[in-house]
Amino acid sequence: MKSKILKLSITAAAFALAAAPAFAGKTLDAIKARGQLVCGVNTGLAGFSAADSQGNWSGLDVDVCKAIAAALLGDGNKVKYVPLTAQQRFTALQSGEIDILSRNTTWTLTRDASLGLSFLATTYYDGQGFMVPVKLKVKSAKSLKGATVCVQSGTTTEKNLTDYSRTNKLDLKPIVFEKQEAATGAYFSGRCVAFTTDASGLASIRNKDAKDPKEHVILPELISKEPLGPAVRRGDDEFHAIAKWVIFGLIEAEEYGITQANVDQMKSSQDPVVMRIVGTSEDTGKLLGLDKEWMVRAVKTTGNYGEIFARNVGEKTPLNLPRGVNNLWNKGGIQYAPPIR
Amino acid sequence: MASEFHPIAPRAAPARTSGLWAKVRANLFADWMSTLATFAMVALAAWVLPMLFEWAIVKAVFRPDASACQAARGEGACWGVIAEKWRFIIFGRYPFEQQWRPEVATVLLLGLVTVSCIRAFWKPWLGILWVAVIPAFFWLMGGGFGLDEVPTDLWGGLPLTVMLATFSIVFAFPLSILVALGRRSSLPAIRTLCVFYVELIRGVPLISVLFMASFLFPLFLPVGQSPDVLVRVLVGITLFAAAYLAETVRGGLQAIPNGQVEAARSLGLTYAQTQRKIVLPQALAIVVPGIMNSFIAIFKDTSLVTIVSLYELTGAMSLALNSDANWRPFKIEGYIFIALVYFAFCFAMSRYSLWIEKRLSAGKNR
Amino acid sequence: MAHRSPPKKRDWSWRSEAFRGLVFQVVAVAAIAFGLWYLAQNTLANMQARGIKSGFDFLMQPAGFDIGESLIQYDALDPYWKAFLVGILNTLRVAVLGVLLATILGTLIGIGRFARNAIVRGLCYAYVEFFRNIPVLIQLLMWYLIFTDLLPPILEPLTLAGAFHLSKAGVSFPVPVWSFGVGLAFAGLAIGIVLAWLYRRWTMRRFEDTGRVRSLILVPLGIVIASMFAGWLAGGAPTQWSVPRPEGFSMEGGASATPEFLGVLFGLVLYTAAFIAEVVRAGIASVALGQVEAASSLGLPRNFTMRLVVLPQALRVIIPPLTSQYLNLTKNSSLAVAIGYPDVVSVATTGLNNTGRAVECITIIMAVFLTTSLTTSVFMNWYNRRSAIKER
Repeated sequence: MKSKILKLSITAAAFALAAAPAFAGKTLDAIKARGQLVCGVNTGLAGFSAADSQGNWSGLDVDVCKAIAAALLGDGNKVKYVPLTAQQRFTALQSGEIDILSRNTTWTLTRDASLGLSFLATTYYDGQGFMVPVKLKVKSAKSLKGATVCVQSGTTTEKNLTDYSRTNKLDLKPIVFEKQEAATGAYFSGRCVAFTTDASGLASIRNKDAKDPKEHVILPELISKEPLGPAVRRGDDEFHAIAKWVIFGLIEAEEYGITQANVDQMKSSQDPVVMRIVGTSEDTGKLLGLDKEWMVRAVKTTGNYGEIFARNVGEKTPLNLPRGVNNLWNKGGIQYAPPIR
Repeated sequence: MASEFHPIAPRAAPARTSGLWAKVRANLFADWMSTLATFAMVALAAWVLPMLFEWAIVKAVFRPDASACQAARGEGACWGVIAEKWRFIIFGRYPFEQQWRPEVATVLLLGLVTVSCIRAFWKPWLGILWVAVIPAFFWLMGGGFGLDEVPTDLWGGLPLTVMLATFSIVFAFPLSILVALGRRSSLPAIRTLCVFYVELIRGVPLISVLFMASFLFPLFLPVGQSPDVLVRVLVGITLFAAAYLAETVRGGLQAIPNGQVEAARSLGLTYAQTQRKIVLPQALAIVVPGIMNSFIAIFKDTSLVTIVSLYELTGAMSLALNSDANWRPFKIEGYIFIALVYFAFCFAMSRYSLWIEKRLSAGKNR
Repeated sequence: MAHRSPPKKRDWSWRSEAFRGLVFQVVAVAAIAFGLWYLAQNTLANMQARGIKSGFDFLMQPAGFDIGESLIQYDALDPYWKAFLVGILNTLRVAVLGVLLATILGTLIGIGRFARNAIVRGLCYAYVEFFRNIPVLIQLLMWYLIFTDLLPPILEPLTLAGAFHLSKAGVSFPVPVWSFGVGLAFAGLAIGIVLAWLYRRWTMRRFEDTGRVRSLILVPLGIVIASMFAGWLAGGAPTQWSVPRPEGFSMEGGASATPEFLGVLFGLVLYTAAFIAEVVRAGIASVALGQVEAASSLGLPRNFTMRLVVLPQALRVIIPPLTSQYLNLTKNSSLAVAIGYPDVVSVATTGLNNTGRAVECITIIMAVFLTTSLTTSVFMNWYNRRSAIKER
């Protein structure tokens, strides 16, 4: 029995040592009380979430967290980033270790229905692709018959790969790794003929991790739909609403030409839609429990959706991803935000 | 008829059994098998060693120069990768300008472990020192009270390895004594609980315990109450180590003759007094080598936490090299480097264990 | 043994040892029960609040993911339980083969520690110290790296005799095409083993009766081979082999061992062999020197002394620690997940991520290893009892 008491006291001591990052209760109250948003991000995927040598995080997923923190807490720097692997991410969100998961996560029915999370919006419309070494002279994924494919476990890509292999009778052999760097390491060493993940991830890995990006080619086929977006815990309706509308607000801001540079001048705009977004006519923020300037701060911190995209993954960055379907609905894409009114 | 006297030939002098040549002959050319083996081994060495020497020294690149390494690839080793990345491998992602802190903390901890291994220092103040050093370690690593805060997810490399191994053994040790006593207790419920605990933990691999600590444990507690992943993993390794240590300690307890306990009882000592003053001092002295072996095992096992994404020595090495395309091809040199680090620690500990074993049995070898 | 308290009155006071014991036990059981209840309560509440499903019903649903290598027919549309079965079989494959090879290598090295030749002795010592002082995970990773780094690319395999291919995709080798004749050959092999065992028993009995020594190795081996050959002939002497040949990115026909499998196998065998060598050495060292001297004075040659006198006695000391080495190897095979070998842990973590049934999947992992551990223990205990000294 003494052993158990000791066991308990060791656990208790361990608890005391650990500063629990979040605490029970409504997530929104917790975030406000803490003055910090705890945001789960990728351990390192250039363009989406990656830390430099000083520990400063940047990327599209990171900017989403920054914008939410700016709207909610008034400062885009009040974010703590928790790097997570594919396996850890859902547990971390379920257990309250993080407030929001912004880690290029695909929105699927199973995840929505059985993992206890709810997705906010799609911040990047993606599709799964294949990368192969140029010297194999493979032009299409359909000619990969019998090939070994390196893939990270715990992702939707593993199942899409199986589906694609079945439909096209390719007999692909997956080699599944727990960690992303193990999977890419095996691909670069030549163990696998191809590497598969979301096309944006492939671009990131090709440009940042490959020794020479020209030695690897991303095949034209996209074999799945991968709507990537942030998620919060189920049951957090208030926080869910705020986070969701900040993201919609960033897209609306792009549509109506509100940018990081001109957001202050826009306050004198007479366009009723712009006035609603920057809070000069109606107090949209109040309905969410925020102040008038919520979207002004968010746009000032990160820029609108288009600016975030261009800065992190767009054509002027090493990733060089085309805007494509991620363009606004009125510019040939499918990014479409419900109106702020 | 007297037969002629035929003296038999004198027998050859017996082979010398002392001296250098005799020793060489006995050890290398005792019979034809042994001779054959000697020649085979020498031939093998003559073939392999020069190749190895050429790869590791002659054609190796020692400067941190990725293009020189690339040029020497396949012919010479690239030790430049260590010269370039050693800080990352040893300290993980810990902020560069703060790296004196894990340095001091690790040296402090290792120093204390070394002192604890020397019998002359087995005094009460050693326990107090431990109580003082453990918070000091966390303060140095984590910050606060004047030091910049460093979140635990940036802790990594050798300090994390040493910390996980040392703390799990230190916490597991008292627990294991209680479990070992519990397993020999006459109270059936206590005994069953202890047997169940020990057999359950010893039946499953450490990795499943780590998965549990890392993925499952947060579900067991109210939302937001779950401790840091590092602490969860530390608790997991501690519970794992305690089960193995308990079996070692139980072996020591079993070696104490019953007469000792009976004598203590007849002097009127209580159960607690008997165990504390009579049984445990004798039993623990016997199992010191066993404890050392458990410590070595745990030290090696800490490498598994890389599978649940903590960047201790093994994880830091693969992170350092996988994330850098220029140096990625030289992982084998990186592995050799950390293998040598582990080897140095484990070999030193196993030598110490042998030495103490000899000292303990000195009394029996009179 | 624990101390026995002198008989006491059963008075219900704190001074009664029986009473104190009872109180201790009640408190301990209550504390554990409360702890478990608290954790279970939280888990259920958390799951309910987040809408996380639980239960083992998912085992019947289609898994939906492929597994790289499998001993049985497996398809992504098969249910989860079959995916787990594939994982368990992969774990067992590596564990059983690993135990066999590690025993052979470990015994050789352990005996090598007593060799006459100093170089052999030194090498065996160096092997043990080197391999057991480096974490097994690093050894696995290193072997995997060596296989994937140094072997030729998948499209340019090193081909031996047109039938063996060596590349980053692993080793491919020919296997006989399965037919009735091959089945008969295997049946012959099984019958041969039984016959050889019977023959051995018969010779041993005759040796004890008459003192006549017959070959205990060559003749049984002959019986096995002859029996297998007979089975093969009876089956129409099939000579068809399935020879692997490169076909695009994969090998057609034959069988192959992937670098993942080889990496796990090499790492586990070399690591565990170092420990087994130590166990064997300690066992041999525990046999009294007088036994060896007595054998020598009877005129037994050195190798006979080892085989007939020392090893049988050492075996008694060896078996219990050997058992725990076997268990360690089996448990360490779970590290395969780090290098992409689809063992049960790998399948379970994939399942965990797809279904969110964390508790269930980790329970399955633990149950699989507990079962193998207990089975191995039971078997080795039985073997231990057999080789223990028979006291009359």
